[in-house]
Amino acid sequence: MNKTTAHKPVPFEQSAGRYLADTQLRRNIGHAAQTIRAKRANAVNELSDWEDLREAGRLIKERVMNNLDSYLLQLEESVIKAGGHVHWATDGEDANRIITGLVKRKGVTEVVKVKSITTDEIKLNDALEKEGIHALETDLAELIVQLAGDEPSHILVPAIHKNRSEIRDLFKEKLNIEHLSDKPADLAEAARLYLRKNFLKATVGISGANFAVAETGTVVVVESEGNGRMCTTLPDTLITVMGIEKIIPKWQDFEVFMQLLPRSSTAERMNPYNNFWTGISDGDGPQEFHLILLDNGRTKVLADETGRQTLFCIRCSACLNVCPVYERTGGHAYHSVYPGPIGAILTPQLRGLQDQSAASLPYASSLCGACYEVCPVKINIPEVLVHLRGKVVEYKKEHGGIGHKTDTIHLGMKFMARTFQTRNRYERLQRLGKIGQKLFVKDGAISRLPGELAKWTSIRDVKPIPKQTFREWWRERK
Amino acid sequence: MVEGAKMSESKDVILGRIRGALKKEVSDKADDLLALPDILRSYEQQSSHSDEEKLHLFAERVSEYRAVTEIIAEEDTGERIRTICSESGVKSLVVPGGIDEKWVSTLDDGVRLLRDEPEPLTKEELNNSDAVLTGAFLGVAQTGTIILNAGTGQGRRVLTLLPDFHICVIRQEQIVGIIPQAIKKLDSTVIETGRPVTMISGPSATSDIELNRVEGVHGPRRLHVLVIKQKS
Ligand code: SF4
Repeated sequence: MNKTTAHKPVPFEQSAGRYLADTQLRRNIGHAAQTIRAKRANAVNELSDWEDLREAGRLIKERVMNNLDSYLLQLEESVIKAGGHVHWATDGEDANRIITGLVKRKGVTEVVKVKSITTDEIKLNDALEKEGIHALETDLAELIVQLAGDEPSHILVPAIHKNRSEIRDLFKEKLNIEHLSDKPADLAEAARLYLRKNFLKATVGISGANFAVAETGTVVVVESEGNGRMCTTLPDTLITVMGIEKIIPKWQDFEVFMQLLPRSSTAERMNPYNNFWTGISDGDGPQEFHLILLDNGRTKVLADETGRQTLFCIRCSACLNVCPVYERTGGHAYHSVYPGPIGAILTPQLRGLQDQSAASLPYASSLCGACYEVCPVKINIPEVLVHLRGKVVEYKKEHGGIGHKTDTIHLGMKFMARTFQTRNRYERLQRLGKIGQKLFVKDGAISRLPGELAKWTSIRDVKPIPKQTFREWWRERK
Repeated sequence: MVEGAKMSESKDVILGRIRGALKKEVSDKADDLLALPDILRSYEQQSSHSDEEKLHLFAERVSEYRAVTEIIAEEDTGERIRTICSESGVKSLVVPGGIDEKWVSTLDDGVRLLRDEPEPLTKEELNNSDAVLTGAFLGVAQTGTIILNAGTGQGRRVLTLLPDFHICVIRQEQIVGIIPQAIKKLDSTVIETGRPVTMISGPSATSDIELNRVEGVHGPRRLHVLVIKQKS
């Protein structure tokens, strides 16, 4: 993928500002979030045992994490027994090296891909490109994103930031189509024709996985368009990359997840296609199957007892659509392939707190709790957010050195603590403030403070101290 | 063997990290997992629908995905398939091995049957065909889902993928109420035979462009389901 818009990772509060100013993006995302929110509520309310399913989902995932080593070994054994190969990858580089090697051995320079956030996470397409292998994204939205050299902005609807006329112009230019309307059906048809040609000649397919069953080695790709079916059926060789947390113990567990996932993600009773395969089947589909088990920071998440639940995530994106912060900033502001509330807890744990951009994410939340309420596996996102904020502060204390001690927030908090200690000090400061603020109050609010204090007002308005404070009013009353 | 050595190294590293994270010693996996009691499954595992209710719910829910659904009598199956093909201008019809011959014995003369057995059809033949006719393994009433398990009368996965029009015949007896019942019935397919399973709920769809649902970005754009009513 040739990225023309490589985003430089900056803290969330800075990048959010830029996206807030983009009204088209806000309109698209707002519309999408509202639509999916209402639909999801309907799909969920239809099931009287929804809470029981959520509880079971959480329990299953909890069990997986607590026995992850054993389940991985069981999965490996099952996949091999079913005729597949298993590879272990400690990080993205490791995984990319394995995959590139496999593709090169097949002697091809083009592979077809079905959307997978995990392969975005490890930047697989870039790694393949470096070795002269082009990975063709086959989801409509991913194709749009890839043609535009852009990055996805939503787990489920990655091209949510593009409108139809932008897409038409893109297709006309990149797919060499002379006449094309901007009707969604026509745009989809253009993509269909272009991609079908490529599917028929593809010999290697690459996919992610929604779940893999330890007991049987069965892998599933859940999808809408049918390109998942194409990628996992047509090529002779199939390479599937999955994070080690995607395991479920038994085939029976699909009773739970095939209900939780579709209703939470596309807000349907069932999404159009679910593709389950177990190793290879004679004469049906790929005759060579490779499963890559990826760590890439997941074991770090596992080690944190509060953070561990983050690994339960089944990537449904329900938490994005209810998040008031995500709804206003969109996905790109998170500078990660995992946006929204789940991104705010997953990214800092995967990347580590030394990454300033990642360390700012736990603050990208008002802690309203809507994400926890909708999460189909009951991840307590607000709890993890608060926990991570604590860790960020600790990290700064340990690694901040003198820089941290003279940090404005640190000094400010110290000063405030002293001020609140005695009544006299507090009231004296209020009187001083009332005089001092005269220069800055405009239309009943302070939007700009000078010097170091400007940092505080750069992202919020401050209410001025009133002419008569509560304490003064109380004394006069008596 | 450099590659092989690196691989088992990565495996040991990951397993080591996991055990470190969980603060546990090397564990014997078989005993470990068998010793675990099953988790609490308080969700519904049986549906309360009568056969009649399941039939109508299934037909209704499949239709809601913009598929065409009809409930028919067994003896009308061949005639319905003939009419559907002639009304849709189907000139070539793909059929898997083991298809019920009565379903295709009355097709109009102009319709060419493309049989996948004994010689499998090529991708090009499938891509150029007009439609595919298959049976099914299960139907799920609550979600309007058709489940294929590559069994007799269903064939290879690719058969129902490349043709633009899928005509699927399912018997009322094959319809279950809810997802857990379907998963249970698939036990032997997956655990014993390891055959692939495909769940189909309506035609191919996307809502990627400004969230408008559009049919058929990749898979069959039309799905026509014939449900054969159980003889009473
Ligand atoms: S955290 Fe929960 S709601 Fe959010 S994507 Fe993951 S499973 Fe879905």
